[in-house]
Amino acid sequence: MAKMHVKMTVNGTQVEALAEPRTLLIHFLREELGITGPHIGCETSHCGACTVDVDGRSVKSCTMFVGQANGASVTTVEGLVNPDGSLGVLQEMFREHHGLQCGFCTPGMITRAHRLLQENPNPSEEEVRFGMSGNLCRCTGYQNIVKAIMAAAAVLRGEKEAAE
Amino acid sequence: MNEITPTPAERAEKLKGLGSSRKRVEDVRFTQGKGNYVDDIKLPGMLFGDFVRSPYAHARVVSIDAEAAKQVPGVVAVLTAADLAPLGLHWMPTLAGDKQMVLADGKVLFQGQEVAFVVATDRYAAADAVELVEVDYEELPVVTDPFKALEPDAPVLREDIADQKEGAHGARRHHNHIFTWEQGDREATEKVLAEADVVAEEMIYYHRTHPCPLETCGCVASMDKVNGKLTVWGTFQAPHAVRTVASLISGIAEHNIRIISPDIGGGFGNKVGVYPGYICSIVASIVTGKPVKWVEDRMENLMATAFARDYWMQGKIAATKDGRITGLWCHVTADHGGFDACADPTKFPAGFFNICTGSYDIPVAWLAVDGVYTNKAPGGVAYRCSFRVTEAAYLIERMIEVLAIKLGIDAAELRRKNFIRKDQFPYRSALGWEYDSGDYHTAWDKALAAVGYEDLRAEQADRVESFRRGETRKLMGVGLTFFTEIVGAGPVKNCDILGLGMFDSCEIRIHPTGSAIARLGTISQGQGHATTFAQILASEIGIPADNITIEEGDTDTAPYGLGTYGSRSTPVAGAATAMAGRKIRAKAQMIAAYLLEVHDDDVEWDVDRFVVKGAPERFKAMAEIAFAAYNQAIPGIEPGLEAVSYYDPPNMTYPFGAYVCVVDVDVDTGQVDIRRFYALDDCGTRINPMIIEGQVHGGLTEALAIAMGQEIAYDELGNVKTGTLMDFFVPTAWETPHYETDWTTTPSPHHPIGAKGVGESPNVGGVPCFSNAVNDAFRAFGHVHAHMPHDHWRVWKIAHDLGLHG
Ligand code: FES
Ligand code: FES
Repeated sequence: MAKMHVKMTVNGTQVEALAEPRTLLIHFLREELGITGPHIGCETSHCGACTVDVDGRSVKSCTMFVGQANGASVTTVEGLVNPDGSLGVLQEMFREHHGLQCGFCTPGMITRAHRLLQENPNPSEEEVRFGMSGNLCRCTGYQNIVKAIMAAAAVLRGEKEAAE
Repeated sequence: MNEITPTPAERAEKLKGLGSSRKRVEDVRFTQGKGNYVDDIKLPGMLFGDFVRSPYAHARVVSIDAEAAKQVPGVVAVLTAADLAPLGLHWMPTLAGDKQMVLADGKVLFQGQEVAFVVATDRYAAADAVELVEVDYEELPVVTDPFKALEPDAPVLREDIADQKEGAHGARRHHNHIFTWEQGDREATEKVLAEADVVAEEMIYYHRTHPCPLETCGCVASMDKVNGKLTVWGTFQAPHAVRTVASLISGIAEHNIRIISPDIGGGFGNKVGVYPGYICSIVASIVTGKPVKWVEDRMENLMATAFARDYWMQGKIAATKDGRITGLWCHVTADHGGFDACADPTKFPAGFFNICTGSYDIPVAWLAVDGVYTNKAPGGVAYRCSFRVTEAAYLIERMIEVLAIKLGIDAAELRRKNFIRKDQFPYRSALGWEYDSGDYHTAWDKALAAVGYEDLRAEQADRVESFRRGETRKLMGVGLTFFTEIVGAGPVKNCDILGLGMFDSCEIRIHPTGSAIARLGTISQGQGHATTFAQILASEIGIPADNITIEEGDTDTAPYGLGTYGSRSTPVAGAATAMAGRKIRAKAQMIAAYLLEVHDDDVEWDVDRFVVKGAPERFKAMAEIAFAAYNQAIPGIEPGLEAVSYYDPPNMTYPFGAYVCVVDVDVDTGQVDIRRFYALDDCGTRINPMIIEGQVHGGLTEALAIAMGQEIAYDELGNVKTGTLMDFFVPTAWETPHYETDWTTTPSPHHPIGAKGVGESPNVGGVPCFSNAVNDAFRAFGHVHAHMPHDHWRVWKIAHDLGLHG
């Protein structure tokens, strides 16, 4: 199959590659770029394990062709660590509040939560639950995920220290 | 000395040992996307495998034409049963003593069955080629109902064994019958039933569902033709058992096989089984000389890898007029699908279903389970469960409710009246188990007080009155459950899988500078072993948990063990860890005594050091002892500080819990709102409260899913109706309630640290609790029992059938 030339910014770095137009963004990220944080849990846009941020919107990357992300700025969970390599606030709060178990949903969860808190920096617990409802977790029962996101929101608003 | 010596309590706190809500060491990797799951593995030259699967539930395979598929650029091979037959690998043994087709051998027995395996240079080419494999099928009559499967003229499903009168578990009485497993005293039980004041009877169906971990199953097989070594990375809950099985069926010597379970994205029983994908990947790697990756998609996962439950349970429970239970009778028709691929210890074809007398002192009981073949997917794994305990707990906890209705006694009171008393432990049940410890009355009273049980019942009665007056269309249900689990399989004397005794193991090496590595035969799938096993060890050997690395899952380095499922890691491998730690300590004691120039018996252990008895200022801390073990020539003591323990538990452990759920049910829409869920768990000694709580939240949410809608449903033709996450219910954060957790602590008397295991309790207790709540909402209108899952339509139907829609 003929390949197309794609160009995008991924976690702040310019990337260019040739890809079949039908390549899904998730496969491009994972297999072409070796960015394996976003996972595949269904390939039918239900589970959210593949969630990435594309130009400021949460996107299920199993449901977007690589061509649709041409020229876009893509952020994955790998891009949410602090510049010094330490965990970002959401990552730290997920650890602090036991918001993960097997960790398979976690990259999608954190990437989605990142966008949710940009959209609504001061969400209620209900708004967090609703805003995260596109991301499935089979391990945690969500309670500690919600707690982690609420805590991260408080830290990002400057109301709480991130440290233990 | 000018420094202030920390107190023993301060030193203990630094260790982050037992009882510490230590943060998980795994999370630093996982939160930044640095986990290493099987699909993240990429080897040079790696090929991708993909299956052609049967669209029919029962059909003869007339022909397979792979020519067009082979023309697709990138396709390397297309394997069919004919290619595997010369190697004897077109069938494989199952964990239940049956055998299963790896690729369709002449016929297919369920929709989604593996028919051919395409291998290509990338996953898109493989998927293209799958579409082009032409399979000619001749449809056969389909049976999806296990009762119909046992009718005399039912179609023969397993032609390969149609004439065999003996199966792996005794006599077969019909061509679709697999086994009958009988426990207890039938005659005595039926006599009690015949003479009882009251007998409550109900058919209770625990529907077919699926563990559906977020990561599907998969593997990467790599045969190195130069050194003759096969390495397989895969989603394996029991890597050592996989190595042994792989060796037995492939003929490759066990030392030339290395099985690695990398990070696993949840298992819940789904990753215990051995699947055709693993075998085909191995064969394909041997044939092509290249590594081969196979990762199933979600639809394949739900359609073809191991399902759970599917038990039709006919229960009868006898009691005196005043509510004393006198006997339990149960017959189960167990739908196993096209092959018997249940994952149970060999001697227990229905797992530990004989724990079905639950938490009650029932003098006599009888139980029989008939396993049946149908045109459904094989499996029958313990979905967040210890070998059919979920089914057993569901049966008894529903039957208690049914009995309470029949007797007109409050269901909480009926339970209290029949609990095994604290002074009866160790307690021998009518169906043969010896419960290790329990204090049910205390837990029950604590739970009922916490939720304000009396007030809830009063509110419920008021609600019924308002409903009758037309003031509300919502009813209120109070769900109760008191469950007893049986976990930690198990004693080698009666528990094995494929002849492998179900012990587990731990090997510890203390490094010269006083840090350590421990390797275990288990494998975490999210339970946080790297965190909690280090805590057990920290308390045993006085080295801070932060200085202990835990490694699992690589058969070349880890000691042999039977893996992680059935809540066995803490009871068995956790015990092995403690025992290995004690061996370290015993040697450390001799070294410390030598260094302190006293007799071995003159030193005693104190948190993280050995002190001279009566002179606590004279001591050797573990770090110092470790260094001495490597740099001093101590007479009569070998250098080094290592230990290994293979632990064969003397008994199972019996965690228990008391759950209460309050629901509001909309009679007109069938919607159920979970208003409150309170869960009290007693898992013995608590290693890490934070992780226990997380396990309870997760297990309850899986219970919520199962009770309220999660189902693998088939139509009459054997089509899977719930093959995607669109139809197969997995609750989101939005549907999931907030949980209140609580505990009591009744240590296991036979476990070295008294721990019992907790991962599965919330699922075992949660399902009956949600279900009881829904059923209870309609009790005032004469309703007794409705089958799960309690989705909106089915709940609406209860109301409708009761005439509540006017
Ligand atoms: S893999 Fe994309 S939503 Fe599930
Ligand atoms: S932590 Fe396992 S799926 Fe969320």
